[in-house]
Amino acid sequence: MITVENVSFRYPGGPEVLHDLDLEIKDGEFVAIMGENGAGKTTLVKMFNGLLKPNEGRVLLDGVSTRDRSVAQLSRNVGLIFQNPDHQLFAESVAQELSFSLKNFGFKDDVIERRVRKLLTTLDLDRYENSSPFVLSGGERKRVALAAILVWDPKHVIMDEPTIGQDYLQKDRLRNFIIQLISQGKTVVIVSHDIEFVAECKPRTVFLSRGRVIADGPATETLTNRSVVEQASLVVPQIATLMTRLGDLDPPSGIIDVYSAREFLAAKLKATIEARTSLRR
Amino acid sequence: MPAIEARNLVFTYAGSEKPSIENVNISIPKGEFVVFTGPSGCGKTTFCRCLNGLIPNFYSGNLQGELAVDGLNVNGRSTTELATHVGFVFQNPENQLFSLSVERDVAFGLENLGIPREEAVERVRWAMEATGILELRHKAPYELSGGQQQRAAIAGVIAMRPSILVLDEPTSFLDPHSAEEIVSVIARLTRDLQLTTLLVEHRLDLVSRYADRVIVMDKGKVALDGPPSDVYDDHARLIGIGMPRVTMLFHLLRRDGFPVTKNPITVEQAADELRRLLGQ
Repeated sequence: MITVENVSFRYPGGPEVLHDLDLEIKDGEFVAIMGENGAGKTTLVKMFNGLLKPNEGRVLLDGVSTRDRSVAQLSRNVGLIFQNPDHQLFAESVAQELSFSLKNFGFKDDVIERRVRKLLTTLDLDRYENSSPFVLSGGERKRVALAAILVWDPKHVIMDEPTIGQDYLQKDRLRNFIIQLISQGKTVVIVSHDIEFVAECKPRTVFLSRGRVIADGPATETLTNRSVVEQASLVVPQIATLMTRLGDLDPPSGIIDVYSAREFLAAKLKATIEARTSLRR
Repeated sequence: MPAIEARNLVFTYAGSEKPSIENVNISIPKGEFVVFTGPSGCGKTTFCRCLNGLIPNFYSGNLQGELAVDGLNVNGRSTTELATHVGFVFQNPENQLFSLSVERDVAFGLENLGIPREEAVERVRWAMEATGILELRHKAPYELSGGQQQRAAIAGVIAMRPSILVLDEPTSFLDPHSAEEIVSVIARLTRDLQLTTLLVEHRLDLVSRYADRVIVMDKGKVALDGPPSDVYDDHARLIGIGMPRVTMLFHLLRRDGFPVTKNPITVEQAADELRRLLGQ
């Protein structure tokens, strides 16, 4: 459980970035933190593994204040994947990148070998095992950065803008992968601007604006609420806008992705076609 | 004379065995708004680097075939000379801005070109007005929001009066609302200044409504090229481009066996077509 209690924060010499913020994320939840550039999203998630400590209030990880633990201790349970993989990668090969932390945590060689192998396969990185991370494409480097964190099996996984630079197929894979993590009981928190990705994942969403939480609820509710969407400098998903336009057809509320829209429209179209055929008879 | 004309263009980066772009043939007439897309690593950025001479002047490798911009053969020309024909805007505006004021940043390129002071002052003012940042001229770039920074980067480029604008994922770092604003600024400038625009973009939801044409690259080659409603077919889906969600929805309904014919690009088009099908 990640608990944020009355947290305020400013970078030294700067204005306040987070104002008296409260948030609770339960184990096994899937949460997307969204909001405008500079809203405080990255600052907030850096509090989860103690990289930043609040000026006021406190952040608790499973009931223990992040002030009472080192970043290394906290990281064992909270894996934070940065927006820019180049801030994280440093090893000479992808395999070394993945095994580095496990060695530091003192795992045995055979365990390390097994875990690295599994992650390379899961994230489609097998063929790059011996390549330098720096010759890979941006999207591939992001997957290496993700693998390098997941390899030590943290309980809470935090990803900052995981879809930037990923094409549609890779996003689809990422979505399936997140679902897999959640089904293993992990907490997954993403920071994202990617409305359509979030609309397809349908997590709990937390909208931040100017350092405050302005909305918190299922994506199907928040992303269709035009006033909070605008306040957080987001836009309503295309499919939700389409449903508003088709309001006289009485679509059920909360349709924000293509698959639910397809289900609704297929039923409507089928009924129309059947009515026409029976008229002709 | 087309604004951009590539014939059998091939480029292989030094140290790489496989060409990054292979036999690329693209002809873009003046005034077109072209969206250039494809999965990561497909060769989009490499092609763009050829347009302003970054390839082969700064990235070494083997360039073959022909490429002309504004009727000028690119090979053998400096990036400075090409900069007056092709304006370049990058993903991250922070990399393009470095002065103490927005005005100085917008003027930077003109100073490099040796434009007389009076004319430069005039052009800088015009460019800031055209991009809607005139009131921000005395601010430092770091005081600006991401969207404002990207406008300043665009102003610096159009101040050089290029006839061609190339933008490499200019919305990646912007929140969705700022991204929409920037794309509409680009579309307006393309129309008002009669520019030819090549916009590299993954977010097709955002840009398709403005596109005269979409070119999809895959594995170094041009895979699809045409108006968006023609290009967003099943093949495009297989390549993995993120076509607009309303277009995807129609693909799914067609696969379900419903008689949907058109590929809508915008919500309005999708709503109209659905009403027609539902007989309302």
